[in-house]
Amino acid sequence: MLKLDSKIVESCREAARVIAEDVQKTIDAHTTDTIERTILRLLGVDGADAFDVPLVNVVIDHIKEKGDLSKGVVHYLANAVAETGATPKALALAIAEGDVDLTRYDAPEKVDASLLDDAMAPMLQTIKKQRLKRLSALKDKTASAPEKYVIVATGNIHEDIEQAISAVALGADIIAVIRTTGQSLLDYVPEGLTREGFGGTYATQDNIRLMRQALDDAGKEAGRYVKLVNYASGLCMPEIAAIGALERLDMMLNDSLYGIIFRDINMKRTFIDQYFSRVISAYADITINTGEDNYLTTADAFDEAHTVTASQFINEQFAAKAHMDRRLMGLGHAYEIDPEKENSFLYEYAQALLARTVFPDAPLKYMPPTKYMSGDIFKGVAQNTLFNIATVATGQKIHLLGMLTEAIHTPFMSDRAIALENADYVERAFRGFQDAFILNPDGLIVERAKEVLAEAESLLHTIKAEGMFAAIAKGRFANVSRTLAQGKGLSGVTPKHAVYQNPVMDAMLTTLKEENDG
Amino acid sequence: MDRSPSVNIRPYGDTKNDGKIQISFTLPLKNDALGEEAAKALAAKMGVPDAHVTHRKSLDEQYTFYILYGTLTHVVDPSTLHVPLATEAAMTKEEVEAFIAGHFQEEIVFIGASTGTDAHTVGIDAIMNMKGYAGHYGLERYSGVRAINLGSQVDNERLLEEALKHEADVILISQTVTQKNIHIQNLTAFIELLEAEGRRDDFLVVVGGARINHALAKELGYDAGFGPKQYAADVASFCVVELHRRGRKTFT
Repeated sequence: MLKLDSKIVESCREAARVIAEDVQKTIDAHTTDTIERTILRLLGVDGADAFDVPLVNVVIDHIKEKGDLSKGVVHYLANAVAETGATPKALALAIAEGDVDLTRYDAPEKVDASLLDDAMAPMLQTIKKQRLKRLSALKDKTASAPEKYVIVATGNIHEDIEQAISAVALGADIIAVIRTTGQSLLDYVPEGLTREGFGGTYATQDNIRLMRQALDDAGKEAGRYVKLVNYASGLCMPEIAAIGALERLDMMLNDSLYGIIFRDINMKRTFIDQYFSRVISAYADITINTGEDNYLTTADAFDEAHTVTASQFINEQFAAKAHMDRRLMGLGHAYEIDPEKENSFLYEYAQALLARTVFPDAPLKYMPPTKYMSGDIFKGVAQNTLFNIATVATGQKIHLLGMLTEAIHTPFMSDRAIALENADYVERAFRGFQDAFILNPDGLIVERAKEVLAEAESLLHTIKAEGMFAAIAKGRFANVSRTLAQGKGLSGVTPKHAVYQNPVMDAMLTTLKEENDG
Repeated sequence: MDRSPSVNIRPYGDTKNDGKIQISFTLPLKNDALGEEAAKALAAKMGVPDAHVTHRKSLDEQYTFYILYGTLTHVVDPSTLHVPLATEAAMTKEEVEAFIAGHFQEEIVFIGASTGTDAHTVGIDAIMNMKGYAGHYGLERYSGVRAINLGSQVDNERLLEEALKHEADVILISQTVTQKNIHIQNLTAFIELLEAEGRRDDFLVVVGGARINHALAKELGYDAGFGPKQYAADVASFCVVELHRRGRKTFT
């Protein structure tokens, strides 16, 4: 571990806390289409209408057309459930048929949200059961080595399963099913088992359930629990988080900054969505993965290293606001410095060790080289080997394995096998490395780590002064500028009415506060 | 030693025309002697009748990975081949800038994007952004050039819309990573869109990417294509010369 000036680290944390606090005011004052749909999902509404439109979309669109979504779906639904005696799902089906007008149940005052307790309780019970199942499966696991994380991305869930089973047989601990690239911009979660996707596979509840079952089976065979990852990102952050909580995903990519910068999603929309999604993940004990690593694919990994550190501090505070335990905060970073640069490994080592030292409880997610991977697969293997050494030697937790064909295609089965073998080898060879050396306090690694931390502190104070929204507009992350009024999904943001309630989030927060304080 | 190309060429291991090559692939077969025989039989059909399986590894019960070395019996005569290139002799950044100053009345507008579902910006950034790639500055840094980079996952429709709005001279499309050749469909769709809107002749349309070359680009209806190891100066050289040839924005 590095010896750092704890005053600087505290100063970073404090600035990040103020930055997150400021954004939280906007979060608390608004709801969004996908948040309201998530509430419906956690009241037991799933499935689609005759035109394959998810029922949760049918209901929210119905309220937007006939009523006022700023009052929230609960405002209309609570009395409808009480008066008709029907479940929320039965009502949703009736709305889809045109048989029920939900806005008839409008009321001048706040409604009694506890009328929905009967619908909510079994859903929360399912999430608790899934959480217990995971915890008991993992309780005997002594996680000393980094967890090996590989992706599958064929577009066809059945083919994904074939690839995942092979990866598990070869030692993978974590399987991520990459989403079809367009999905983050869909304002709904598609339904059913799917066989067509580009660069990935649709995240649907059915696909997730099928993969979960396959990994449980493969894990049983291999004698260990295998974790499943998907993406609570894009325009349906909290809905995917809810599906993941119900279907026992173990990790979620979850970072609104990524959506803002790389998918041009409106920042207001996605910060609001991110909060509820993190509350759900915290409640379900799902580890989140943040996306700082991606900044370095557009910005220079050496010059802009401090933006990653600054963003990790901010993401930590956003997660803390959602009452997420530190052991669930998989903050992201990456090995992306130009291999032509002299001492590139030492700089990478410094950055990885800095993250490890500053966030000792976080299961850091460390990403392999991508930007400087080329069609030269033989050099690619060498690059990945150095990355694996940095991962093991600095004690990273979530080890996303690099693929030798990164610059060519989504991984073949053999690419993944080569990556797993390489990681295994490095893990064995470097196991005692950390304990065998003391870093030269005046050497390049320590000096570089201090420099990056100092630059991060300075950036955090700048952002604190100008505010997060302005900082993003100035292109402070990844050299990409986005503004408050721009981006996808803004039309789905609504200020909360005085009668607005979200009993699902309230129930989760109550439990989380009790757990954290107890 | 004679280094002039012989007519018939074979791969080089350690002796001229020894034909030595390596091959690797996965078969959906158990890791056993029969699987190894199948791998060798495939190599023989590729023209490697004496292949040795130097490594085989189970990927799970159903799949095995093979590495083979052998002697290729096929030959190729390079004098019978022709490789079309967008630019025979690329100019340097400074030469491109001088060419623009000397031949055009206005700045040249390049608009670029990584289109369709492709989320990778590395290619378009390498060509367009200030910093460039591997020491080759991007178009943004060229005087006489206005470079607009729309980033990744841009729809074909939006790219055309922005190109019209900015009165672009050149449209640059990047396609980095592909799966089952989706990039070809997307590239074709853009040319079809331009033609349907009657805008094909309003722009130079250029495509670049790891799997792109000039011949493929021409086949798909593009003006030029650029692949690996080609940088901003290569793209710019072609574009300014071609725009000049077409008399666009040139001094009269």
